[in-house]
Amino acid sequence: MMQIPCPFCGPRNESEFSFGGPVKPPRPDPSAVSDEDWTAWLTQVPNPLGPVQEQWWHVRGCGTWLTIWRDTRTHDIVEAPDGGR
Amino acid sequence: MQRYSAFSLLRHGINRHTTWAPAWRSPPLKDRYDVIVIGAGGHGLATAYYLAKEHGLTNVAVLERGWLGGGNIARNTITIRSNYMRDASIPFYVKSVALYEAMTRELNFNMMHSKRSMIDVIQNYPMMRDRRRRQHIMDIYGSTYEQISEAEVRRRIPALTGGGPDARLPVVGGYVHTDAAINRHDAVAWGYARAIDAMGGEIHQQTPVTQLLRGADGRIEGVETPRGVIRAPKVAVAVSGHTTTLTETVGLKLPLRTMNLTAFVSEPVKPLVDVIVNCPDAGFYLSQSDKGSLVIGGAPDPGQSFRRDIKQTVFEDTVSAMLSLFPSFKKLKFLRQWGGHLDIAHDASPIQDETDVPGLFITAGWWGGYKAIPAGGLTLAHLVATGRPHPLMEPFGINRFRHLDYVMETGTTTAR
Amino acid sequence: MAAGNRLAAGGRIDRSKPLHFTFNGKAYTGFQGDTLASALLANGVRLTARSFKYHRPRGIVGAGVEEPATLVELMGDDASGNRPATTVPLTEGLAAKAVNCWPSLAFDIGAVNQLASRFIPAGFYYKTFKWPNWHLYERPIRKAAGLAAAPSEPPSKGHYETRYGHCDVLIAGAGPAGLMAALTVARAGLRVMIADEGCEAGGSLLSRRLTIGGTDAMEWVDATFAELNAMPNVTHLQNATVWGYREHNYLMVTERAPANPSLLERTWRVRAGHVITATGAIERGLVFGNNDRPGVMLASAVQAYVNRYGVAPGKRAVIFTNNNSAYAVAADLAAAGVEVRAIADSRDAVPDEARAIVPGIEIMAGKCVTEAQGTRQIRSVAVAAKTGGSARILSCDLLAMSGGWNPTVHLWSQSRSTLRYDDPLATFLPDTPAQPISAAGAANGALTLQDALRSGAEAAAQIAGTTPPDIPDAPDLPYAMEPLWRVETAKGKAFLDLQNDVTVDDIHLALREGYSNVEHVKRYTTGGMGFDQGKTGNINIIGTVALAQGLAMDQVGTTTFRAPYTPVSFGAIGGLREETVALPYRHTPITEWNLAQGAFMYEAGARWRRPGYFPRAGEGLQEATNRECRAVRFGVGVYDGSPLGTFELKGRDVGRFLDYLYSNVMSSLKPGNGRYGLMLSDDGLIMDDGVCFRLDDHRWIVSTSTGHADAINGHMEEMLQTRFPEWNVFITTVTSQWNNATICGPKAREVMAALGTDIDLSPEAFPFMTVRDGTVAGLPARVVRVSFTGELSFEVNVAPRHMRALWAKVMEAGAPFGILPVGSEASHVLRVEKGFLSLGHEVDGTVDAYDLGMGWAMSKKKSDYLGKRAVQIRREGAAPRRELVGVIPEPDRQIPEGAPLTPGGRREKTEGFVTACVWSVVHERWVGLALLEGGHARHGETAHVRLKGGEVIPVRVTAPCHYDPDGDKLRS
Repeated sequence: MMQIPCPFCGPRNESEFSFGGPVKPPRPDPSAVSDEDWTAWLTQVPNPLGPVQEQWWHVRGCGTWLTIWRDTRTHDIVEAPDGGR
Repeated sequence: MQRYSAFSLLRHGINRHTTWAPAWRSPPLKDRYDVIVIGAGGHGLATAYYLAKEHGLTNVAVLERGWLGGGNIARNTITIRSNYMRDASIPFYVKSVALYEAMTRELNFNMMHSKRSMIDVIQNYPMMRDRRRRQHIMDIYGSTYEQISEAEVRRRIPALTGGGPDARLPVVGGYVHTDAAINRHDAVAWGYARAIDAMGGEIHQQTPVTQLLRGADGRIEGVETPRGVIRAPKVAVAVSGHTTTLTETVGLKLPLRTMNLTAFVSEPVKPLVDVIVNCPDAGFYLSQSDKGSLVIGGAPDPGQSFRRDIKQTVFEDTVSAMLSLFPSFKKLKFLRQWGGHLDIAHDASPIQDETDVPGLFITAGWWGGYKAIPAGGLTLAHLVATGRPHPLMEPFGINRFRHLDYVMETGTTTAR
Repeated sequence: MAAGNRLAAGGRIDRSKPLHFTFNGKAYTGFQGDTLASALLANGVRLTARSFKYHRPRGIVGAGVEEPATLVELMGDDASGNRPATTVPLTEGLAAKAVNCWPSLAFDIGAVNQLASRFIPAGFYYKTFKWPNWHLYERPIRKAAGLAAAPSEPPSKGHYETRYGHCDVLIAGAGPAGLMAALTVARAGLRVMIADEGCEAGGSLLSRRLTIGGTDAMEWVDATFAELNAMPNVTHLQNATVWGYREHNYLMVTERAPANPSLLERTWRVRAGHVITATGAIERGLVFGNNDRPGVMLASAVQAYVNRYGVAPGKRAVIFTNNNSAYAVAADLAAAGVEVRAIADSRDAVPDEARAIVPGIEIMAGKCVTEAQGTRQIRSVAVAAKTGGSARILSCDLLAMSGGWNPTVHLWSQSRSTLRYDDPLATFLPDTPAQPISAAGAANGALTLQDALRSGAEAAAQIAGTTPPDIPDAPDLPYAMEPLWRVETAKGKAFLDLQNDVTVDDIHLALREGYSNVEHVKRYTTGGMGFDQGKTGNINIIGTVALAQGLAMDQVGTTTFRAPYTPVSFGAIGGLREETVALPYRHTPITEWNLAQGAFMYEAGARWRRPGYFPRAGEGLQEATNRECRAVRFGVGVYDGSPLGTFELKGRDVGRFLDYLYSNVMSSLKPGNGRYGLMLSDDGLIMDDGVCFRLDDHRWIVSTSTGHADAINGHMEEMLQTRFPEWNVFITTVTSQWNNATICGPKAREVMAALGTDIDLSPEAFPFMTVRDGTVAGLPARVVRVSFTGELSFEVNVAPRHMRALWAKVMEAGAPFGILPVGSEASHVLRVEKGFLSLGHEVDGTVDAYDLGMGWAMSKKKSDYLGKRAVQIRREGAAPRRELVGVIPEPDRQIPEGAPLTPGGRREKTEGFVTACVWSVVHERWVGLALLEGGHARHGETAHVRLKGGEVIPVRVTAPCHYDPDGDKLRS
């Protein structure tokens, strides 16, 4: 059980959050991008052996969608939503 | 290959077992092979085995960063089954089940293949509908799936005493998949390794690949390891959760995520559950190993993970789900746990294909691919040797993501 | 006592409180404070177990969780599987028996395996039992395996509990180091939890005769706890094991005997600022011939029995050691009046300080025990020089062995902190911490009392930021050892893992056969994989591998330490979270009314408990459903639509936000009007269907399907917060703020009129897909003209506090019109007749709006919305599409939902499947829906369903809508 630093509620148990997936690059303008680039953006996510930026939804808390950097090898949170830690 | 049998045990026993030959050699590492297979887990070993057996390719090196059989094949829940929902998947798994059944004979190594059937315990009507859908299409491909009553579920699983009519999730019936089996996972790895070695293939342990190498023409050229560069015109990557880590070394991006799946075992006890029990509504599955431990699996952790551990929240959910159906297990003790890092593709179905780097093949996205090992090896060997996908794997090419033609195997259990 | 092994005095047992118990059916007596193991030893019971594979006789080896040999099964109310006898506190009436022997412990048939042992070496089962197949052998092998019988009943009384704990410092272990650490951090004002696995605090001090500050060490323990327990910032958990160390310093602690008598066990989920592992060390055995015979014990265990339990485990002892600590055991034995024949020490040079404490005892330096003699009880041991040569036979009934000490690094390792191999101590020690964790005392290699106290104080002071306190004087014998992984001149089976019967020969066989990695060795031989998870033997396996391969210990490496440290009952893990707690039902206010009507209720997605149908006497599902359907089609019915997901969206940008979320245009809606729409994922897959109503310029109501409401809520919030944070949109879930009764059928308007309303109900004033606020039956209501049945419908929404009143009034006002309550089954029939889609039936993750004949919902005007580009790309591909059609079975019969369609009904690749098939009350026959390849162009053709077993049912392909295709009824 991780402890996720919510910028509004402080450190809270992971069970209050819903995982929202790794952060992808910004969504390209679909009318200005090739099929290949579009499908690549759509289907590929960062999958690093190390820190990944990801979203969590504080659904059983304040309702905020927030992002943290978490090390996929250890679950260490290497950067909090407010840039801290 | 030294034959294994009761007789050979007697014969070698007279000599106090000093006359057994190594199951596999530790040959010197060459700097060039016809094919390099990365990963001596289930899929990598099966691929090398079929490259030799079906295609006569024996100048093959299987490179393993740790110990052979130490990947997900060492940490899974040993369930073999073919109860899928779509035309693309069922025949592949039917083949895999058949290959598993023949494996003990074929490899002269006791896989302890225990065809004991799996019972899906159904606890709500939408799930019943999902399973009903499977039974008819599975029949087309010769896979068996029978609906049984709640009473029959309880007759076949006497320890299942929870889930009564007043329970939150009452047992409403079940499905029996008689083809399902468990076996001995280490035996699969060791049996393949012995057979590969006997046919001339090589397995190199403690040989991590740090970088894939691409030639000036863009083709794959070989791999870099701490033991030096090893060249081959064809490289097959069978490393499960680490697929993207490797392919990124040649700039290749894939629609794969690595996740961790929880499993744990109980203390060993006398025979208690004779079938594989799968409870999709409660969210766990279990079987009892021949040594007496219950092997229990649950849901994946949220988020990507390369940790071989379990998340306490997921673990507790799984345990309480199990106790709701098997209340007597409250007194049973939890002995050991592990996690396996698995990769899952964007549409949750496997990917087996030659990549955009000519000569570089991947087999990935198996999401706990234990049941797929023999057929996955058979088809990848075919692809590597002939350059064409095996018919059973045709729907699982990587190009499906370019056309967004997903193979959706995940169940559909929306309520009425 | 019969066998008279209880010493005349001493020990921490209460001799005034005798306890009666049985073992294998025979009655014995012990004392309060005994464990089952100490009581058995006191009664002279030496043969207490049979081994797993060879069924060799075994006795008690250890005194704590490390016990590798004697597992017992408890009977009666406390019935539970494998328990080390050394960890079972003796209670009045305890009944226990040995596991895994038949018919009895003394005469065990399985012992014939010993005769065949030469032919069943490690991994033998991989080589045999292949013909004709495994199943022939599996049943007897399963029976033979498995140790204790499984519990067959849940606990008859009491329950489990889980709670959270928060502290600045969690200390695992209340031995000298843990207590010193606790004192130090507690005095500094930090919140401390100290958990200890023993029945009594004190750790090694309980078993040894030591002084701290000049007084008995246990007095220091009592004084320390007196001080700790008086502090409000200290929580002390005794008989509580810290068994799991998770990420972010989250640890699992299970109390086995919490103070509350109705509690069986309590598990704490502890979030600790810092952890100190003061978990002590476990003694390792020595590996010589027949080192498993009853009477061969760990020296530290012998010490515990003598000093803590007042039991002499033998009358004549030999000590075999490679280190100093066993000399203190010899001294304690001698002090208790047990004859110590000799100390065989594998070291050539025995330190003087060790010699000094055993005056008068023969020390055989450079000598090893090569063999224990005797079967059910050792009678003598053979001692010879390390290098071989003639042996001297020493008669004895007890051999106390010490192979050195392994710091208990399980928790340290579980936390992902690293280990290093330490040459002087010949063991793995904590190295680099990976989380806020420190190791102290023996767990950190501080193997004498003074060092342990200092190490605990220093670790704690560092955390607290204080200076370490003065350490009381605590004299102890200095520790020194020389590793001895196995006795090379051993005669007979030399066991490395007693529980799984793994011998040195087994390890050598594994290595010979190429199983050279320590993980292979472990798996091939099963060494270290028993109930004890190799606590005493693993290091000797690693040492044996290292010797055979000529490698250093750290090159061989250790296997992974994983939770749990010791086995934990699943009840303690599952806690109170029974299914109703983990998955509470969602109810609407009329659940009780439904139940009173005799409704068949079930979970209908998203945990809502809803009525499936309302059977009358003698009716089954089909009859009841037909009756409810007829009411809606020909009269009037009402259903409770409250579980549909409902969201109120406010703000200036709601229109364009909805245009982005839905495939069709919502922003053009006029206030008071609504529209049906599809929500796609960016993959172009249908996530949900629902309706949007615009209440006024900046207020909208979005309703979603029941099952997807939570997911859509997350989706909307994600899109808003992560893609358009600057947009002026506020999303409020109002599913539970509105309940509704949906009155549907040709007579719905009459029922509405009978209820009384200030809303003009005429079709002109209140047309289809509009919303009106007003009063209905005197209740403030929002009425929506939306239809999921194909009939004229009024969805009357009221506040939940009015729902029951509304429902009663609807039933009353509707009675003259024959109104009936309608369940989910009838709703399903009605929507199938109408060709309305249902997520999970027709939408199974592969179809798009065009396949469903809903291309009109895919806006051409909007340049972008979720899923647009993906659908375009997918439709440019060549893959054939499965399209929604109606199917009429010919002959008229039911088709099971999900039945595949194949070309000509042949056994080949499917071309679709039947998504639903219902008895139509309108057509009085079976009708269905299907997804069929190229289906839109195949209306009028015959397709073929192929059922399991090969039965083929022809079906006529039609348009999906079987009823009122122009929608006159629902608009009426």
